[in-house]
Amino acid sequence: MTELEKRELQIMACKVRIGIIDSTNAAKCGHPGGSLSAAEMFTYLYQKELNVDPKNPKWADRDRFVLSKGHTAPGLYSALAYKGFFPVEDLLTLRKIDSYLQGHPNMAMVPGVDMSTGSLGQGISSAVGMALGLKLQGKSPRVYTLLGDGEIQEGQVWEACMSASHYKLDNLCIIVDNNSLQIDGNIRDVMSPYPIVDKLQAFGFHTIAIDGHDFDAIEAAFAEAKTVKGQPTAIVMKTIKGKDVSFMENEAGWHGKSTNPAEYEIAITELKAKLNELEGK
Amino acid sequence: MADVKKIATREGYGQALVELGREHDNIVVLDADLAGATKTGTFKKAFPERHLNFGIAEGNMMSAAAGLATTGLVPFASSFAMFATGRAYEQIRNSIGYPHLNVKVCASHGGISVGEDGASHQCCEDYALMRSIPGMVVMSPADNVEAIAMVKAAYDYEGPVYIRTGRSAVPVFHGEDFHFEIGKGEVVREGADIAIIANGLMVYEAMKAGEVLANEGINAMIINMATIKPLDEELVLAAAKKCGKVITCEEHSIIGGLGEAVCSLLSEKLPTPVKRIGMNDEFGRSGPAAELLQHYGLCAENIVKVTKEFIEK
Repeated sequence: MTELEKRELQIMACKVRIGIIDSTNAAKCGHPGGSLSAAEMFTYLYQKELNVDPKNPKWADRDRFVLSKGHTAPGLYSALAYKGFFPVEDLLTLRKIDSYLQGHPNMAMVPGVDMSTGSLGQGISSAVGMALGLKLQGKSPRVYTLLGDGEIQEGQVWEACMSASHYKLDNLCIIVDNNSLQIDGNIRDVMSPYPIVDKLQAFGFHTIAIDGHDFDAIEAAFAEAKTVKGQPTAIVMKTIKGKDVSFMENEAGWHGKSTNPAEYEIAITELKAKLNELEGK
Repeated sequence: MADVKKIATREGYGQALVELGREHDNIVVLDADLAGATKTGTFKKAFPERHLNFGIAEGNMMSAAAGLATTGLVPFASSFAMFATGRAYEQIRNSIGYPHLNVKVCASHGGISVGEDGASHQCCEDYALMRSIPGMVVMSPADNVEAIAMVKAAYDYEGPVYIRTGRSAVPVFHGEDFHFEIGKGEVVREGADIAIIANGLMVYEAMKAGEVLANEGINAMIINMATIKPLDEELVLAAAKKCGKVITCEEHSIIGGLGEAVCSLLSEKLPTPVKRIGMNDEFGRSGPAAELLQHYGLCAENIVKVTKEFIEK
């Protein structure tokens, strides 16, 4: 990609992050940490990678995305809103009683959401079903799913991996957000899933390890995934939980809580300063 | 009622799948290493490319079925009732039920008529688990003819469905002209002295009991309530009104199944004395199916006994 394209993606990722902070702040709860760590991924998926149509969210031949780590819905909603699936201002209704933006994604309510998720470990299985269903029908769309690194402690994830590789789902690309933190602390201390790449390789995946905040690396990984035949691909991306909000970075405590008014001011000031810088203002 | 042909309802499931498979390209059948027992193996023989084995991993199978459904396919996902609804309860609840996807969970080996395998495999809680999921249709056929018709009706219905079939051969009492409709109970014997509402293999037991009772001057109305949810409320209320006393019979715990569904309805809309025949909050055990059914009172003899005591009260 050109430097200009990269700059545009960085600007969009910054807007997605502002959406995450704005929406969780308005909700007075939610999951900012793991939404922020995957902001570049959400941005790249919806701005570049996925063949989707915001005007026709149920288009049969669209690529599918399943947010297996469903609690990071604020990141997904923000990316969907900026892609045009629904108004950006609706992000402020997150988790409110009359909103379609549920705490965890509900495919029956939110345009652009391909699967209801929230219970960890289930989304990847549904993505396997989608990839298998598309393959059985000779259809070409690809299926993507994003997992947390804590989520892969769920046994079902490995059942899903086994089946993805058994059915040679080369139309499936799984992404693991390795931000190293889960609710109770460092994943290494809570219940280590390491070595993640080796495990996925052993389960029959073509694996690619990248820096999840580097758009060039994300682009290259998806391009590589499309060349792989006869096996699914896993992108394991190293990220910083809470990325770009100084006091949230690498802090497990920001997994599932929102800002108070003072914290919100700091967070939004930091992100807007970054946005201005990127936009050259 | 002497020389009745006996077939296990799981056989009807396999047969119906093949017939549906011939008519519809969009059917896929999922199993978790039990294709021979659940009878999805029958479908596998006819359409190997549309039979998907997920190995011994029921949770993954249910969530994958949800994913398959989103691509326009109609997945029938099978295992034993214990593992389909017990092991994979939360996957059915969250991946299938919550988005109301068009997945048919069809489990065999419900109840204690599983027999020798014992309590670990004798699921008497599946109706309770599946009934509790919003929007889920819950059914169990009384014989092979009804099983075939029910599976076909499940295909025609858009939305999540649970069907329980059984391992043991049970008498076939429906004629080939039988018509099945989801949510409609079937009066298999008219009577006004007591209403016996049964499902699964207990329907035939109730019918046998009905004959014995008739010989003793008690005319029981017997209902085959193949759909537990949505319950045929109109029929239950009419039966309760007509008979004044109701007995429910099911090869399931008395907690959370047909009996409780009937009680919930009657206590709110037409308070009526009810006796529930089922597994009395206990686990089963190993043994031949017929002996187990006798032991736990899931048989015509016990229905007769309970009815007489109930009527005398």
